[in-house]
Amino acid sequence: MASTTRSLIRPRVHHRDLRERIVEAILFTCAASAVAITTAIVVVLLVESAGFFERVSIVDFLTDTMWTPLFAEARYGILPLLCGTVLAAGVALIVAVPLGLMVALYLSEFAPVKVRETIKPFLELLEGVPTVVYGYFALLFVTPLLRNFIPDLPGFNVLSPGIVIGIMIVPYVASVSEDAMRAVPNSLREASYACGATRLQTTLRVVVPAATSGIVAAFMLGIARATGETMVVAIAAGQQPNLTLDPREPAATITAYIVQVALGDLPHGSIGYQSIFAAGLVLLVITLLFNVLAHLLRMRFREAY
Amino acid sequence: MQPSIAIAAPAAPRPVAAADPKVKSSIRNLNFYYGHLQALKNITMDIYEHAVTALIGPSGCGKSTLLRCFNRMHDLTPHTRYEGEIRLYPDDVNIVSPDVDPIEVRMRISMVFQKPNPFPKSIYENVAYGLRVRGIKSRSELDGRVEAALRGAALWEEVKDRLDEPGTALSGGQQQRLCIARALATDPEIILFDEPTSALDPIATASIEDLIISMSGNVTVVIVTHNMQQAARVSNYTAFMYLGELVEYGPTNELFTRPRQQRTSDYLTGRFG
Repeated sequence: MASTTRSLIRPRVHHRDLRERIVEAILFTCAASAVAITTAIVVVLLVESAGFFERVSIVDFLTDTMWTPLFAEARYGILPLLCGTVLAAGVALIVAVPLGLMVALYLSEFAPVKVRETIKPFLELLEGVPTVVYGYFALLFVTPLLRNFIPDLPGFNVLSPGIVIGIMIVPYVASVSEDAMRAVPNSLREASYACGATRLQTTLRVVVPAATSGIVAAFMLGIARATGETMVVAIAAGQQPNLTLDPREPAATITAYIVQVALGDLPHGSIGYQSIFAAGLVLLVITLLFNVLAHLLRMRFREAY
Repeated sequence: MQPSIAIAAPAAPRPVAAADPKVKSSIRNLNFYYGHLQALKNITMDIYEHAVTALIGPSGCGKSTLLRCFNRMHDLTPHTRYEGEIRLYPDDVNIVSPDVDPIEVRMRISMVFQKPNPFPKSIYENVAYGLRVRGIKSRSELDGRVEAALRGAALWEEVKDRLDEPGTALSGGQQQRLCIARALATDPEIILFDEPTSALDPIATASIEDLIISMSGNVTVVIVTHNMQQAARVSNYTAFMYLGELVEYGPTNELFTRPRQQRTSDYLTGRFG
């Protein structure tokens, strides 16, 4: 038998314990800072909004149809901003959902490995384009393009930034839905093929239904991204609160309003200043809602098979 | 259904189904390649109609690879290649020929996999799947064939009141019988079983074995198993494979009691594999 060298088992080495504990404490602080910052943001939003709601009733805030905090005769109805937000996000989803889903279907079920390896970096690149670039793309390229089809389209409108946000979130929707589809076990695809199904039948009847909750989660995350998107709408939609459901008209979203006002020099503590926080709170609630919904759906699809 | 517990029964090879059995399919000089790796070497054997043929051998011997040639499952993997013939009768076509549509082959030869793999759909839709992909929409026809398939898989009595429940909620053994029902629903000429009990407990295993025995006589069965007792219990013919070659093939009782090849007898007596 070969001889083995063994180290002695000594009593606990205390300096080693201490070093480990210091490192652990540093790492914990870093991790905890994420929680602390999130909490701080929520607290600031709540405190400043509380100041706002002391002066403006919540009922007015939710039902008034005008948003003119900076006018002499100020009105504080969030509806026009909410409307602009929903409209822009809605147009974006009409573009992003079918496109993102088809990209995901193709990449997950049809594309040969080489094609997939070529397309994916481009999608990731699309995700990395700064949003300000998308904003000018909407204003200076898409709007003029749309004018060929809708001649009396104003220079600022919701349609064009909506479409561009849609294109912007396609990679996002596509990659999350593709993950969901690829998580469907291969044994299910084999079972389907063995029953005589074609690839299209397998994709539509087995893979997509099995991945449904993941795909819906992708849509929810897309909605959260679209409602939170700022630059594109601020640049190309016109920054004019407008209670309308016609995407051809100019309008402002919650995010666009915040940018607009935050850039001006409003006195700290004035109601116009506080209105930003109230608007921000609404936005936070919306995106949080969709994020939580997406999370719940993803948890479900993890358990499905 | 109360499954009979016959696990401990000694290998009592089943007799050959008929004195002069009809050939359902003949494999002629079949070679199969994964890229450059040759997984099957010059296999030649006949599969007899309405009999159970078992493929046995140690891991990596090519038994599953051979099984998956019958329904062209290898077509789903890139860089695979068939050479030689598997002729299917009475049509007398070579089903591994590139000119033959694998979907057509799978329409007539169905498969049950190693691990139960029901779709995340209802029990009913699991069984109806193969019928639906064939374009059958008539509710009464679907109902009838789903029931017949579930009866054929000895599952009907257990699930007839809950056909709308998800198939994935069944127990492991029930899931595998559901997969057998799914394979039976399309009225296949051959059913392929790829180690169908390796993920199941002994009682569920016994019920699946009973099912396979009861199926022979109506349908041709080819089963891959790593369990020699199982091969002895359920099959009429057994093929012993080793390193991609067919070493010995014959009626199960002869192969188990009087193997002609040294390698077969070594494997059967547990000297390797």
